[in-house]
Amino acid sequence: MSGVSIRNLGKAFPKEDGTVTQALENVNLEIGDTEFICLVGPSGCGKTTLLRIIAGLETATTGSVTVEGRAVTGPDPKRGMVFQEYSLFPWRRVVDNVAFGLEMKGVGKEERRKTADRYIEMVGLSQFRDAYPYELSGGMRQRVAIARALANDPDVLLMDEPFGALDAQTRNRMQKELLSLWEQTKKTIVFVTHSVDEAVYLSDRIVVLSHRPGSVREIVEIPWSRPRDRTSAGFAEVRRRVLRMIDETENPQ
Amino acid sequence: MNRQTQKRLLGVAALAITAVIWQIIAEYVVGRSFILPSVTDVAGAFVNLLGSGTLLADTVVSLEHFGIGLIAALLLGVPIGILMGWFRVADYLLDPIIEILRPIPPLAWIPFAIIWFGLTTQAAGFVIFAGAFFPILTATYSAFRDVPKVFVEAGKVLGCDTSLELIRYVALPAAIPGIVSGIRIAMGVGWMCLVAAEMFGVSSYGLGYQLWHNYYLHQMPNVVVYMLILGFVGLFIDRIFRNYVDKQLLRWRAGEVA
Repeated sequence: MSGVSIRNLGKAFPKEDGTVTQALENVNLEIGDTEFICLVGPSGCGKTTLLRIIAGLETATTGSVTVEGRAVTGPDPKRGMVFQEYSLFPWRRVVDNVAFGLEMKGVGKEERRKTADRYIEMVGLSQFRDAYPYELSGGMRQRVAIARALANDPDVLLMDEPFGALDAQTRNRMQKELLSLWEQTKKTIVFVTHSVDEAVYLSDRIVVLSHRPGSVREIVEIPWSRPRDRTSAGFAEVRRRVLRMIDETENPQ
Repeated sequence: MNRQTQKRLLGVAALAITAVIWQIIAEYVVGRSFILPSVTDVAGAFVNLLGSGTLLADTVVSLEHFGIGLIAALLLGVPIGILMGWFRVADYLLDPIIEILRPIPPLAWIPFAIIWFGLTTQAAGFVIFAGAFFPILTATYSAFRDVPKVFVEAGKVLGCDTSLELIRYVALPAAIPGIVSGIRIAMGVGWMCLVAAEMFGVSSYGLGYQLWHNYYLHQMPNVVVYMLILGFVGLFIDRIFRNYVDKQLLRWRAGEVA
């Protein structure tokens, strides 16, 4: 139903002195329906830029992104986004944060709150539905942000290092919960991360981007069922392989 | 004794001691009510003024001037600040004009206030407007410039399609704390302008007018009464505003004060 198709994508940022920085070049990637994809790569390889282009928050210089056959031209609630920074609206209670997208669609108050409550329950925060964001911990805020993106029932969920600011334990718990949400909702997920460990734990395929200008260097399939055992030899082996790839692109011989 | 009661008691004690020292200096050191009216002189004057009945009317007139000026400043300052903070073209267009007008002291507008509006409530309101407008405008402008980018982007991916929607549902609520502190500053400036406007004859009523009038009559205890009333009313307005803002507008910022 909702594959993402990226063709010959390029992005150049103009610099002050009139030259350009080529952030992405000739990116080609097909993402299947309900697939969980992680984008990894050396810092500055443009993985966040790629995600933002899929979201419609940046426009590509060349090439195209289509989601479910339709070209991406701007932000759209059909592509949900979870940001790295805390992006909850601090002046809205949890329930009204989650209901925000529905409110923009013109859904009535009763109905949108009912839907919001369902997603709040899904992320396990029912008892905090009337809390303001400042009352929540970092992990809880990101759970609300995920619920807020899901409440719009998007085709694709785009996640930009959503657990990057969390401590290791919270992070592991959030990864488990995200997988369970993914299994319940059957969304296509594109997930940007710095952590190769996280990528191996979560994804169906890991897309390794090369150093700037970023393009797809390699795609690593991870066929194992979930939940995965981080301590297994196979896990460590894949992690080592991906890390070596990133290292090689960063410091070419 | 808890900290609250301790604070109250010490506060009252400090006021009482100040009053006693004031009384002693006025009565035994200065000895002339014209130079420094004593506490009892002022209290007596207050009772007399209460009896004559214009005190309340003057307060109401002053509040009316203040209200007109402040509301006008809000109605113009907030929207223009939003326009300049959100749309770059509006910023580039309006900024030079604002930069030239802003340094003009509000009281310099008094002659034109009188020529344009005559000796009316609107004339006094206009001088207060001139003082209150710029703090509100600049606070709204910078609050809008400082709206975190991630809120705006979250608004966009969640379905805000137009600038109007983004302003209404994202930028304006995010900017409220900044706008509110601008309004507080504007109220302080406006209150100062009020006294000056009334003193310089923009109005024949009001607390500022009476203060100046009693100076001409050499009724210095009355002057002190009006000074104190101006102080108390100003304080009172600020307290009501802060209370309202903290309780109604900024519940989501617990622990922080506008």
